[in-house]
Parts: sequence; C-alpha cells; structure tokens
Amino acid sequence: MAMSKHDEAPGVAASAAGLKSEPLLKMVGIEKSFGTFHALKGCSLNVAERETVVLIGPSGSGKSTLLRCVNLLELADKGRIFFNGSDITRDLKNAAAIRREIGMVFQNFELFQHLTAAENIMLAPMKVLGRSRADAHDIAVELLAKVHIPTKADAYPDELSGGQQQRVAIARALAMKPTLMLYDEPTSALDPEMIREVLDVMTELSSEGMTSIVVTHEMGFARRAADRIVFMEGGEIIETAGSADFFGGSVNARARRFLDQILH
Amino acid sequence: MSFDLICDYLLSPVFIRGAMMTLLVTVTSLFFGILSGLLLALLQGARFAAPRVLVLVYLWLFRGTPVLFQIIFIYNVLPGFGIRLSAFVSATIALSLNEGAYMSEIIRSGLGAVKQGQRTAGLALGMTRAGVMRHIVLPQALRVILPPMGNQMIGMLKTSALVSVVAVQELLLAANQTAAANFRYFEALTAAGIYYLLLTTLFMIVQAWMERALDPKRKRRGKARRPLIDRFIPSAEAR
Repeated sequence: MAMSKHDEAPGVAASAAGLKSEPLLKMVGIEKSFGTFHALKGCSLNVAERETVVLIGPSGSGKSTLLRCVNLLELADKGRIFFNGSDITRDLKNAAAIRREIGMVFQNFELFQHLTAAENIMLAPMKVLGRSRADAHDIAVELLAKVHIPTKADAYPDELSGGQQQRVAIARALAMKPTLMLYDEPTSALDPEMIREVLDVMTELSSEGMTSIVVTHEMGFARRAADRIVFMEGGEIIETAGSADFFGGSVNARARRFLDQILH
Repeated sequence: MSFDLICDYLLSPVFIRGAMMTLLVTVTSLFFGILSGLLLALLQGARFAAPRVLVLVYLWLFRGTPVLFQIIFIYNVLPGFGIRLSAFVSATIALSLNEGAYMSEIIRSGLGAVKQGQRTAGLALGMTRAGVMRHIVLPQALRVILPPMGNQMIGMLKTSALVSVVAVQELLLAANQTAAANFRYFEALTAAGIYYLLLTTLFMIVQAWMERALDPKRKRRGKARRPLIDRFIPSAEAR
C-alpha cells in the first residue's frame, strides 16, 4: 500500500483550524431506526472547516445512514445537527436551501442519463440558482477541467467510463459551490484501474481546503487525505483518531480487527 | 363497384365532417385521458392510503367494464339524475375516463422506470420535489412512456367509432348511414377506411417525431452522420 511522506501534515493543520472556531458541522447523539433495525445509536461527530474526515467500518455499520442524515436525506429520530451554526435537525422547510450548501457524491454516480456531462453540471445552477445558460456553461467548462476531463462536455453518461462519470458527478456537486462535500462510497462501483483517478480528484479538493466527509474502504486514500478517521460498527462510533495515530497502531481493538481484515 | 363514387364520398361534406368529428372526439378524449392518467399515476405514488385506494377502485371500474357499456351508461343514466349532457360531451367523458385508467398504468410504469437514486441526486443538489419531477424524472420517463402511449392513441382513434352508438356523427356512422340509403356499402366503407388509415398514419408520424424529439442524442446525429454500425455498437474510443 502506497504511503505518502507528509502523513501528519494535514492532521496538524486541521486541528489548528478546528481550535479557532465552532465546527462547520456538529452532530450530537444521532439516533435512527428503520423499523426494528437500530441503524444509528447515538452518534456524535464534529467536522471543522477545511477538514477531511473519513468514515470507515464494516458494511451495515451505519456509515452511509449517518452521511445521509447530514443533508436531511434521512431524518434523525433523535439528536441534533448543527450546520454553520444553525440547528437544521428538523428544518425540513429549508431542506432544499441547506442541501445547496452540501454537495453529495453517490456510489452509483447517479448522473442524469438524459443530459450531457456539461448539462448535468449546468442543471442545478440554472434551475436552483437561476444562473443563465451561458454562465452555467462557463461553470461546467471550468469544473470539467478541474476534474481532468475537459474534452467530455458533450458526452452522455453512457458514453463515459465509470471513473469519468464519477468525476462529472463530483463536478456537478461542486457547481453549487458547496461548503461541505459528502462522498458515499465514491469508488465502490468502479473498476480497479479507475479508482485512482477519482481519488486523485478528491485528494486535490481536500488539499485545497474543501471540507469533506468520505465513506470509503480505500485505506490508501484515508492515509493520504484524511485529517481524522472515524471507525463505526453496529451503528456506533467506536473510535475517532487522527490519521497518523490511527494508522500508527494506537487504536481500539475492534478497529484493529477491522483494519486487519481489509488490509489482509 | 365504382371508384368515382369512392372519390365522391371522400370529398363529400358528410364524410369530411365525419372524419373531423372522429378526430375531434379522439384528440379531446386523449387530452383529458392523458391528464387524468397523469393525475391518477401521481396519486398512486401518494404517501397516504386513501388516494391510493380511490385510484384502485377507479381502475377496477373502468378497466373492468366495456367502453361501450361506459358510453351508453353515461349517456343514458346521468339524465336520470338530472345531469343532461349532449351526445358528444357524454361520449367524450366516457372515453376520457376510460383512457385515463389505461394511461395511468403506462405513466406509472414510466415513472417507476426512473431509479430512486436519480431523484435523490436531484434533491441533494437542492432542487425541490416539483423541480426534480419536471427536470429529471419526467424527461426520462417520457422516453419509456411514449411507445405504449402511441399504441393507446391509435387505439383511441379506432375506439372512437363506438360513440356512434349514442348518435355522435362520426366517420363510421356517416358511412353507414350513407350506405343504408343506396346499399353501396363497398364504396361508403372503403371511403371511411381510407380516412381511418389517413388519420392513423398521421398519428404514427406524430409519434415518430415525438420519439425523435425526446432522444437526447438527436442533435449530435444531425451534425455528423455516423455509420449505422457505430450507432448500434458504442465505439471504444468514446470511452
């Protein structure tokens, strides 16, 4: 597994940033059940501005559910969520406005199949923010360059590789100028040779200071880009540690066991 | 058998008015049928049980009885309750209500063909539910809906002949009455058949045009015509 040299650097920068102000996102005691299944059992998580937090854990541990609670795609049964200082827990009336601030990237890309790559990026700026077509197109061109596929503006999703589709999906989320990015297993549906190109874009964004929460099984990415690692199991947050500490070995026994399993 | 007589019939005001009436009944019923179908399909996706049950009863009634029965029922039974409607209006109401039941199933399957994840992605971008429906779900659903809807439209054109039973002067009734006067059934019915074929052809052309208009890749195809084989096998270089 490749390991970059400056492992500790982002962690230090982020904890400094975290100290100086209220966290951008603050989740306190989040509970969520689906029928009789208790998916989240009192999860609390703070994410500071410019910080990248990686959520790991076995499948069914509640990582994706926790992520979907952040932008109100799932409503928490109990607990409180503060975003940018305001309580958004039950603020369904403003859900659309809150989601504008929070970009999300999905496991299956979910590009709109009837629109080109550029049009996928342009849709929300035009229909939600009321930007003109020309303005939106400029945004799309700029963002496609940023995700390293400047020539694919007019391609439809089914004409793009998985890695390209996911990068368009990242560009689509960035078009709303979000202050927080959520990635829900962004590379799980990709062929191995395409994982890198997506992770590289995410790493670049993180290093530019985009606040991010990433659900992933990619430990290489976690090492390179994460400021903090959060380990979840059975709907609970078992361990929260700086990237260096986590991979340095000073972790909880359950997290250790999980790491051993996925690193073989 | 006389071709001159067929031509005379084709150009006669009785047949032209009959064809126009057929077209008018069909288009009006389709318009209200699609409208009520859309409403019924959206109600079926409702969160509460009451509207869903109501839709089920509606579908059960209108798919479970013959159209002919519905036309006669509305024309003959409603006046008993003091609701007096012209033959045209009651026939159109019957056809619209009947069509709505079938359209709702077609539209429902089209809406269902758009994956939930597409809606979630729209919502996550900060779009409203209505915006997601309009800009993301409907454009994709329409491409699934159009071919079976084309079938329904052509079917409706032919079903409209049934309204002759309540004496709406549509094409078949006009032909039948003309022939009854002089027993030239062959000529009168041939003329009517030609009109039906003209109208169904027109509908098919409209359908093909709409399907092309909804194909997202049409613009590019217009610019540079690719060899046929390329269009069926997505080329590797596009990836």
